Amino acid sequence: MMMDFILAKFNYWVYVVLIMIGFYGMMTKKNLMKKLIGMNIFQWSIILFYISIGSKKNATLPIIMDIHSHAPSAADYINPLPHVLMLTAIVVGVATTGIALTLLVLIYKRYGTIEEDEVIEALKK
Amino acid sequence: MITQHFPALIVVLPLMVSFIVFVVGIFRVRWCLPLVLTTLGLCVYFSVDMLYRVITEGSPIHYRLGGWEPPWGIEYVVDYLNGFVLVGISVISFFAGMYLKESIRDEALKSKMPQFYTLFLLQVTGLLGITVTGDVFNLYVLLEIASFSAYAIIAMGSRGADFAAFRYMIFGTMGACAYLLGVGYLYIATGSLNMGDLSMLLPKLYSSKTIIVGFVFLLSGIGIKMGMFPVHTWLPDSYSLAPPGVSVLLAPLFTKVGAYVLIRVMFTIFHPSFSTDIYPVTDTLSFIASIGVLFASVLALAQRDVRRMLCYLIVAEMGYIVFGVASANHYGLIGAIFHIVNDMFMMASLFIVAGVVFNETGTSDMDGFKGLHRKMPVTSFVLLIGAFSIVGVPPTCGFFSKWYLVLGMIEAGRYFSLTVLLISSLINAVLFFRLIEITYFEVKEEGAYKIGEKNTPFSFDNLSLYSLIPMVFYASMVILLGILSGTIVEHIIIYALPQAFKG
Repeated sequence: MMMDFILAKFNYWVYVVLIMIGFYGMMTKKNLMKKLIGMNIFQWSIILFYISIGSKKNATLPIIMDIHSHAPSAADYINPLPHVLMLTAIVVGVATTGIALTLLVLIYKRYGTIEEDEVIEALKK
Repeated sequence: MITQHFPALIVVLPLMVSFIVFVVGIFRVRWCLPLVLTTLGLCVYFSVDMLYRVITEGSPIHYRLGGWEPPWGIEYVVDYLNGFVLVGISVISFFAGMYLKESIRDEALKSKMPQFYTLFLLQVTGLLGITVTGDVFNLYVLLEIASFSAYAIIAMGSRGADFAAFRYMIFGTMGACAYLLGVGYLYIATGSLNMGDLSMLLPKLYSSKTIIVGFVFLLSGIGIKMGMFPVHTWLPDSYSLAPPGVSVLLAPLFTKVGAYVLIRVMFTIFHPSFSTDIYPVTDTLSFIASIGVLFASVLALAQRDVRRMLCYLIVAEMGYIVFGVASANHYGLIGAIFHIVNDMFMMASLFIVAGVVFNETGTSDMDGFKGLHRKMPVTSFVLLIGAFSIVGVPPTCGFFSKWYLVLGMIEAGRYFSLTVLLISSLINAVLFFRLIEITYFEVKEEGAYKIGEKNTPFSFDNLSLYSLIPMVFYASMVILLGILSGTIVEHIIIYALPQAFKG
C-alpha cells in the first residue's frame, strides 16, 4: 500500500529526498565547500522536479521529423516547456557555482581556511 | 515608433551597455562614466515616458517580446504600480551611478572601475527587469541576474565582505530556488507562466493543495530576497560591508523590489480573497512582521556602526511595508505602495551620507559623526532630512506613507501591529536624535579630519559635485514626495490598487 504510493510517484520522492539532503548540507555543514555542494544538490533537485513534470510515458519528442507524414496528436508529445525552462536554470546554477568558487578562492587566500568557524575567528581579530 | 519598444529597451539597453562598458574600459577608462550615465539617463527617460503614457492613456502598456502572444510568449507589462516603481528605481540608480566613482577610494579597486560599472549596470538591469516583466519565470531569471551582480559587487567591499557575500549567496540561492519551486507548482496546476493568464486560471483551483504549496514557496522565496524577518540574517552583514557607493544602490532598491514582487504575487497573480478569506495569510504575515519590526528596531538601537544600524532599519522598514500589504485594504495598500518608493529615497539619502562620512573620516562608527556639521553642513542637513523622514516628521515623505499605513491598520483592526509600528517609530526617534545630537552638538578635537586637503572650485563640504548632487537630490526628493503626496496618491497610487481595494 505505502510502497505503491511511493513507487507510483517515485520521481517526486527522489526530488524531495534530494532537496532535503541539499538543505541539510547548506544548514549544518561548517565547511564552506560542503555548503556549496549542498547548495548545488538543492538546485539540481529542482531541475529534476521540473523535468519530471514535463515527461510522459510512451510519448515522443516534440519535433516533427517529416512534414509529409501524418503528425501525431499533441497528446503524444512530451511537454517541452519545462525542459526549456531548465536549460535557463542550469545556466543560472552554473553561474552560481562559478561565483561561489571564486568567493571561496578569495576567502581561502585571505584567511587561509574555508572552515566557517575559523573564518569568523579570523575576522574577529 | 521607437516609443512602443520602451518596455523592452529599459531592460535590454543597460544589459548591452554593461558588456560594452567593460570593453571600453580596457581602452579608455575616462569614457566609462559618461557612457554609464547616458544609459541610466535614458532609462530614466524611458520609465518617465512610460508612466506618463500610462497616466494619460489610462490603460497598461503591453509589450510582447518577439511578437509572441501572451500565454506562450514573454510579455512585459507596465501599469500604474510598476510604472511608479520603475521611475523610482531608474532615478535612484542614475544618481547612484554618479556617486559610484567618487565613493571608491581604494587604489587597488580604482583600477577595476570598468568591472564595477559592468556589475552595476547588470544590477540595474535585473532590478528594472523584475519590475517590468509580466512572466513569472522571466522574473526568476532577472532576479538571479540582480542577485549574482550583487554577490560579486558586495565581495569587493571592506574586510569580511567576501565571507558576507558567500553567506548572502547561500541564502539568496535558497530564496531563488524556493521561488522557482513555487512557479513549478503553479505551472503543474495551470500550465501557464504569464501573470495575467495565471490570475484568470487560478481562482477555480484555490482549493487545490498544489496551489497552496506553490503559494507558500513563492512567499518564502520572496521573503528571503526582500530580507523579511526571520530570514533577514544575510542583510546587515552584506550591505554594511559592501563598497559605500554600491550600498547606495543595493540597500534601497533590492529589498523594495522584493516588496513589489510580494504585492504582485499576493494581489495580482492571486486574487486578494485568497490571502484574506480562504487562507489566513495576511494574519500570519502581520504577526511575523510585528515581531520582525520589534526585533530589528531593538537591534538597530544596539549598533554603534551607522551603516549597520541603517541595515537593521531596512529590515524594520520592510516590516512596515508588510504591515500595509497584510492589512489588505484601501489605505493599507496605498501606504505600502507609497512606502516602497518613499523608502527608496529615504534609505538612499541616508546611505549616501553614511558613505560620504565613511570616505571622509575612514570610519562608519558613530564617533565619525562628531561635530560633523561644522565641516560638512550640507551632509549633516541631508542626514537630518533622512532621519526626520524615517521617524515620520512632516513634511517629509515618511510621515505620509506611515499615515496611510496607520489608517489601513486601524481599518483592518490590527492594533497589535499598530502598537508595534508606533513603538518602532519611537525607537527610530531615539536612535536618530542620538545621531543628530552627536552630529550637531558634540565637538571633535581639531585636526581629526582628513577633510580640507583638496580644493575644488565648487566646494561645499569639500565634496566634489559627483557626491554632492546625488546627496542633495535624494534629500530634496524626500521632501518633494512628501509635499506632492496628495497628487501622487490621487493620480497614480489609487489606480495601482487591485480592483478589490479601489472603493
